[in-house]
Amino acid sequence: MAEHCARLWLAGQPVELTLLGRNLDKTEAVAADLRVRSPGCSVKSVQANFSDAQQIRATVDAIVAGGLPDIVLIAHGSLPDQQACQADLGLAAEAMQVNGISPALFAEAFAGHMQRANRGTLTILGSVAGERGRKSNYVYGAAKGLVTRYAEGLQHRLAGCGVKVVLVKPGPTATPMTAHMPQRGLASVESVAAQIVAATAKGQPVLYTPGKWALIMLVIANLPRAIFNKMDI
Amino acid sequence: MVSSWGRLGRWEHDVRPLTERAQLPRQLQCAGPGLAHGMGRSYGDVCLNPGGVLWRTTGLDHFISFDQDSGLLRCEAGVLLRDIQRLAIPRGWMLPVTPGTQLVTVGGAIANDVHGKNHHALGSFGDHVRRLELLRTDGSRIVCGPAEMPEWFAATVGGLGLTGVIGSAEIQLRRVAGPWMETETLPYANLDEFFQLADASEAGWEHTVSWIDCLSGNGRGIFLRANHCAIEGGEAPRAKARTMPFVPPVSLVNKLSLAPFNFAYYNLQKSRAGKGVAHYESYFYPLDNLHEWNRMYGPKGFYQYQSVVPRAAGRAAVQAMLEAITDSGEGSFLAVLKTFGERGALGMLSFPQPGVTLALDFPNRGERTLRLFDKLDAIVAAAGGRIYMAKDARMPRALFEAGYPRLAEFLQYRDPGISSAMSRRLMGN
Repeated sequence: MAEHCARLWLAGQPVELTLLGRNLDKTEAVAADLRVRSPGCSVKSVQANFSDAQQIRATVDAIVAGGLPDIVLIAHGSLPDQQACQADLGLAAEAMQVNGISPALFAEAFAGHMQRANRGTLTILGSVAGERGRKSNYVYGAAKGLVTRYAEGLQHRLAGCGVKVVLVKPGPTATPMTAHMPQRGLASVESVAAQIVAATAKGQPVLYTPGKWALIMLVIANLPRAIFNKMDI
Repeated sequence: MVSSWGRLGRWEHDVRPLTERAQLPRQLQCAGPGLAHGMGRSYGDVCLNPGGVLWRTTGLDHFISFDQDSGLLRCEAGVLLRDIQRLAIPRGWMLPVTPGTQLVTVGGAIANDVHGKNHHALGSFGDHVRRLELLRTDGSRIVCGPAEMPEWFAATVGGLGLTGVIGSAEIQLRRVAGPWMETETLPYANLDEFFQLADASEAGWEHTVSWIDCLSGNGRGIFLRANHCAIEGGEAPRAKARTMPFVPPVSLVNKLSLAPFNFAYYNLQKSRAGKGVAHYESYFYPLDNLHEWNRMYGPKGFYQYQSVVPRAAGRAAVQAMLEAITDSGEGSFLAVLKTFGERGALGMLSFPQPGVTLALDFPNRGERTLRLFDKLDAIVAAAGGRIYMAKDARMPRALFEAGYPRLAEFLQYRDPGISSAMSRRLMGN
């Protein structure tokens, strides 16, 4: 998703972009593509260990030292195998680290710099999975729920200052993360990215994308437990 | 459920998106045979593997590098021709060869060795591929090109995706002054006039094609020729894309509609005869702005029948095919007649060969349509021609084997972990 947002941001305007990822080969492939598409832009890629809080702080400080970004998009994640996480707590811990703790820490690290400068937009990807725990993916859901609460906290803290925090809750989308799943019914990543870019430009506090998920989650979140517990979801 | 562009049926597939070029060797590991599938714009069964795995390549959509001075582009196989054109044309470069839709992937264009209206000038798509990366399901990786493992290259260009999965390619673009084309529209009254126009246009015009009124009996039509040109200014047309919103219960292309369609189209184009200027998108890809136009043919879908026959027999063969169509009571609207240039095909199974090619669309009316194809097959076979596999869903194996004499050679390069509905139909596995 981040990659498709970047394509949109870099199209037609000179942008300085830093790609931050866990795997340099991957971010370099994305960077090469963006450089071909948008030769007027400058694209760097940086690798970091996302499970090390000190390194997260140091990486963010180093990026900000080169100039405070106007937009920060925190979009990484990986969909864990729920059953495997139940059997192996190490996998569960890793999934919660990658999908929950590390995005929150990155957000925290950037938010401080942005608050001091009193400007910038911080867009964070939560998920509709974070709205209510379900047996089929509550490890991922719990991590994304953490991101949701963290983003709400940042929005509360930064309300009234020049920094905007945008919390995005995508529904299931056709991305590499969902490549192993049945593809029917997945939203297209291009349309989701376009909505993220638009919401970021507006500083919209919460975005469900595609929009129908706002309604679906309103229902799911408010279903009486007696009914919810009978559902195989 | 996946169908191809002809919408002749829908079949269950295990669709697995390919997401990362570095991971391809791992992602291609699976129990049964799989098949690479891009945009699904081929008409018949070349892109289908019912009951099996389809590796969807559209996620492999990264550019790798572009040299502004030499025009050499490296990209992954799922990049769309549209994205290349939109990237390159503002920088003075363009794909040398493009089919009638730009909504196809690079991998699909190579695997079907697609051609355009400028075959006599620049050949087919594979002629401009400098190198490609082929991933085999045994985990090996082959890099080949015209000068490097050329036998693998010749097997893979036009190889229907059966030699491995194309991961990336290097394509030599050609220089253009801009997005504009100077065009000339010339009505012709019969096939003799068509061939005169085609021959007379070969030297001075890069792009030639014609629409033929297959109901007229005498083979009248509209000849369209064009060159790239330098025109300053002029806004690119922002044609609004429309979508065919539903599948009509019967084909809109039918006996009642065809005669007035063809009559009106011929006379409209005739009234517009003469020179003009067109933007490349509306010139090359007139149907790309009508999304899902294939729904027009109704729930049973449609067949495309594209043949090429050598020039010596061409005039008589085309005439005989038009007569067979008239006799059958079937009809075609998107009927295209054009000559190919005198250049051999690069791929072992590439379609283009010197001669004249006729492409026809027919709504699927079951047995009646298939009976007509049997008659057309006989004409093509007698003339020493062949059928285009990117469009085929039904040709008999004997015609395939007669039309593609390098088949035995090709089979040595197949990947045993890859199979398609077409390969099972025409090659036995």
